[in-house]
Amino acid sequence: MPEAFHEEEILGKAYDSRLMRRLLHYLRPYRGVVALAFIAIFFYGILQAVPPYLLKLEVDRYLDPAGRRQMPHFLLRLLSPNPFTGILEIALLLLLPCVLLAFALEFGQSFAMQLVGQKVMYDLRNQIFAHLQRLQISYYDRNPVGRMVTRVTTDVDVLNDMFSSGVVAIFGDFFTLLSILVVMLKVNWKLALLTFSVLPFIVLTTMAFRKAVRESYRRIRIAIARINAYLQEHITGMATLQLFNREERSYEEFEEINRAHMKAYKDSILAYGLFYPTVEFLGILAVAIIIYRGGVMSLRGAVTLGTAMAFIQYSQRFFRPIQDLSDKYNILQAAMASSERIFKLLDTPVTITDPEKPRELPEVQGRVEFRHVNFAYQDHHLVTENVSLVIEPGETVAVVGHTGAGKTTLTNLLLRFYDVTDGRILLEGIDIRQLRLRDLRSNFGMVLQDPFLFSGTIASNIRMGTPWITDEQVRRAAQQVNILDFIESLPEGFDEPVKERGVTLSTGQKQLLSFARALAHDPRILILDEATSSVDPETEALIREALRSLLRDRTSLVIAHRLSTIQNANKIVVMHKGRVREVGTHRELIEKRGIYYKLYQLQYKDQELPAVRSET
Amino acid sequence: MFQRLSPLKPYLARYKGRYVAGFIALLITQIVGITIPLIIKAGIDGMRRHVSGSELLFFAGLILGAALIKAIFQFWMRWILIGISRDIEYDLRNDLFAHLMRLSQRYYNETRTGELMSKLTNDLSAVRNLVGPGIMYSATTLVTGVACLTLMFHLDWELTLIALIPMPLVSIAVKYFGQQIHERFEKIQAMYSDITERVRENLSGVRVVRAFCQEEAEMALFDRMNREYVEKNKRLIWITSFLWPALSMLFGLSFLLVLIFGGWHVLSGRITLGTFMALNVYLMYLIWPMIALGYVTNLVQRGLASQGRLWTIFAAQPDIDDREVPAHPVTELRGEIEFRNLTFSYNGVPVLRNINLHIPAGRSVAIVGATGSGKTTLVNLIPRLYDAPAGAVLIDGTPIRQIPLQVLRRNIGFVPQETFLFSDTIRENIKFGLSEASQSEVEQAAEVSNLLPEIVGFPKGFETLVGERGLTLSGGQKQRAAISRAVIRNPRILILDDALSSVDTGTEEKILSQLTRIMQGRTTLMISHRVSTVQNADEIIVLHEGEIVERGTHEELLAMGGFYTELYNRQLIEEELEKEA
Repeated sequence: MPEAFHEEEILGKAYDSRLMRRLLHYLRPYRGVVALAFIAIFFYGILQAVPPYLLKLEVDRYLDPAGRRQMPHFLLRLLSPNPFTGILEIALLLLLPCVLLAFALEFGQSFAMQLVGQKVMYDLRNQIFAHLQRLQISYYDRNPVGRMVTRVTTDVDVLNDMFSSGVVAIFGDFFTLLSILVVMLKVNWKLALLTFSVLPFIVLTTMAFRKAVRESYRRIRIAIARINAYLQEHITGMATLQLFNREERSYEEFEEINRAHMKAYKDSILAYGLFYPTVEFLGILAVAIIIYRGGVMSLRGAVTLGTAMAFIQYSQRFFRPIQDLSDKYNILQAAMASSERIFKLLDTPVTITDPEKPRELPEVQGRVEFRHVNFAYQDHHLVTENVSLVIEPGETVAVVGHTGAGKTTLTNLLLRFYDVTDGRILLEGIDIRQLRLRDLRSNFGMVLQDPFLFSGTIASNIRMGTPWITDEQVRRAAQQVNILDFIESLPEGFDEPVKERGVTLSTGQKQLLSFARALAHDPRILILDEATSSVDPETEALIREALRSLLRDRTSLVIAHRLSTIQNANKIVVMHKGRVREVGTHRELIEKRGIYYKLYQLQYKDQELPAVRSET
Repeated sequence: MFQRLSPLKPYLARYKGRYVAGFIALLITQIVGITIPLIIKAGIDGMRRHVSGSELLFFAGLILGAALIKAIFQFWMRWILIGISRDIEYDLRNDLFAHLMRLSQRYYNETRTGELMSKLTNDLSAVRNLVGPGIMYSATTLVTGVACLTLMFHLDWELTLIALIPMPLVSIAVKYFGQQIHERFEKIQAMYSDITERVRENLSGVRVVRAFCQEEAEMALFDRMNREYVEKNKRLIWITSFLWPALSMLFGLSFLLVLIFGGWHVLSGRITLGTFMALNVYLMYLIWPMIALGYVTNLVQRGLASQGRLWTIFAAQPDIDDREVPAHPVTELRGEIEFRNLTFSYNGVPVLRNINLHIPAGRSVAIVGATGSGKTTLVNLIPRLYDAPAGAVLIDGTPIRQIPLQVLRRNIGFVPQETFLFSDTIRENIKFGLSEASQSEVEQAAEVSNLLPEIVGFPKGFETLVGERGLTLSGGQKQRAAISRAVIRNPRILILDDALSSVDTGTEEKILSQLTRIMQGRTTLMISHRVSTVQNADEIIVLHEGEIVERGTHEELLAMGGFYTELYNRQLIEEELEKEA
């Protein structure tokens, strides 16, 4: 399978200061909490060094009095001379608060930071989603929906890891390591330095391990993506696979991908298998050094037993912070890659926006004018050329033409899904680019060729999110487009759930619902792109009747596929190869015997057949 | 539990030897491991007695030796025991896929792809966790736990008992909170897919959203879901940020108890300082087994549940196979097809009724009829995508159930109604029909479907990727690729199920004449809505509600003045239309 398949899997560097600064910007609203978390993690780090020291205290003060000489005086004075009481004091007055405090600090820090992480994710998701709501349609043409969805979901989640367990925890590990090192140096710098001699090896091992694991993780991620893609595709295309006797070949292919996955994992098992024992061994090496060198030094009285015992405990506490620190590398790397993609989306400029000084739209009567409109998609040939066209208030204008004649482009331009390349479109005499998008679009109602339904209920698909539409209006709209009976026959009526693009509804029902939607929004001007898909005669009759009430007393621009719609139009505009070629009424155009006449012959005439038949 | 594991037995048995080796390594690792604190004890006690430097060196050496042995066997243990789980996962995944390829369309109609995918990913991974880490951690927990405790009791049973007081809480907490985390995480995942679906819908319906000025409303709705998602996450965060610090605290309390009572015991002379140290170290050794105890329980529980779900796939029996093929089956087909009194129902709904149709080898038959009249079902029965009643479909006079599936399908070139291409290059998609095809064969096949000029026009030619991540082909291009894929097999029987619907009539004409040329002497079945496609067929069948209502040649049917004539009239008008453009 080709490599390009997994472009999104490729990871870049682990730290990019430009990206990082921008990411940290998102923490600003929560800087108070973040600061508290920092303080908490700082003290938590310090506390990590305390328990072994208390062991030393106990041993040197009470259990092996040879060590007492080396104790700081204030501690000697503080503790009871009675060993039994003294030990109890160490445990309950010193260690217990420490344990409880460490719990509180770690819990508080972790909770706060994860919460902040969630809030940042919330903000980011909303921001990306909002940006997508503003981006022009041409961006949607260029980018597959799946990719945009990933930006809002997966990519944001990756960042969550960084905010919740990455940034602050790095400092936590750092403080822990630092305070252990400081305490050890303070207690006995010679033995401390000897013990530290294993540190470089731990760091080196960890780095080597990281490198190996990173590589095998990369392969694992790719392998998993490939396995899933392969399975998804071959399950969907199972009939094709079986029809073409591909079972053996596909098994071989799958086996190969599966093997790559297994091999990649084996490599990571190897890496882990070598890493853990090595680190443990280095830890015990430190213990051996402490016993030998510490023991020799203790012969001279330079090291107390308590020190040796505390050092043995300290040496076991080095590793976690070092390992954790290197774990954060992966998190950072993934976060950088995701944030780069997210910011790229957020940085995509919105080209179709409200004007800086919008003009107020007077009461809309419904006059629309296309004046010498040219339009071309980016560096392509003109889709519409020098289109001029006037729709007077109350008029129904039918646009007809062959596939690819540029009919839909007209409606796209009118709603500013795209901006004209040349020429102007005027609503009530005002260039639509001088209007607020909302002012412009709220005057239009649109019915798309393929009715698009959202998951929700029947009612929510008619009303959408428009707050001023009452239940009564929803109901009336449904009634006017002849779908009320159907809706009421549903178990839950208007509250009947609509699932995944309305899979449970028929094509005709979906069309009627999208009519109802447009009607409920009571637009001044209706844009209707008639569906071409055929429906049964009964539904067809319902749709025709619905269309009539939809178009009644309303300025409309209809991309027509029905003869009845055309015949009822005030004006027919014939488009051919991007140009307006003929304008007139049905009768005029038929008499003209031009393009329309031919189109009529081909496309509409046969629609008369059933009508004629039913009359006879 | 072991009984419930029994379906996995054959998979486990395959690695019996390695499991044994792994367990031996595990045993050595743990046993050598628990001697280390004893050596430390000796070292500390030695220091107390002021033994010589060389004796200390001996202790240090002893520790290192033990550590080295432990490290080596620890490596082996992980490598073998975790490795096996990846092998089993690999075996299982292969077997699952192979099994899926044996299942018929009926299964896929009844099973949602998403559900299947979830089984193949999540459940498989849970089963792997069961047979690898699950088994390994159970064993280490058991061995370390028993060995450590034995030694600790031996050293100071009273202190050990006291130190262990907080420990059961650790296992209980891990078990309980682990389960909670899992449950809450599942809820978050469900919400996550809701959000994903909602975003997808919003983006797909962008034109509706914009036209109806729904941006704000959509944002409000998204914000609500987003907020709810955060709330659900909070419920999880609460536990995850609580669990680890709480465990640390419990261990801290254990150490605190050892500090007190260990110290007292040293004072009273019950134990030496070295023993005191050793007990501290043992306690550290017990941390992981205590956590693992709770962790492994969840792992096993989840693994068993997943195994049950995974095995529902294996439980599905292939219903279309070679069970009726005789000992010496046919190996070649001529291409004569016969439907004999064929009546076919799907899920109790009759789809085809009393179909009697004989197509001599080398002839072409076209099928027309309204949507839902049973055309597709009829042709799907030939390559046995669905099984017709025994003896109702015959090829070369042999009931198709007696022809090996492999032979049957190898001789059929099938172009389905809905084109399915794979995310691969155009070349591979055409070669899909014949994996050993040469470049010139691929080119010829592309020429037959008139796709060659376009392919040559692509910057990467035949290497152009198609599908979601590659070039998006138009409907017509896809259909033509599918035709190439079928004809490259040089099949005895070619079935075109409305395979030219997205192709304009000019191109259609070219393709049809090419097809006529290469299908000389071969059997062709085609479904179409267009008269232009079917008019030259040797026989045309009109299906209506599963029955043949008209049959004959183009001329004969036209003379009848029925469904076909009506279709023809419409066709004429449409043809003129296309010429206009």
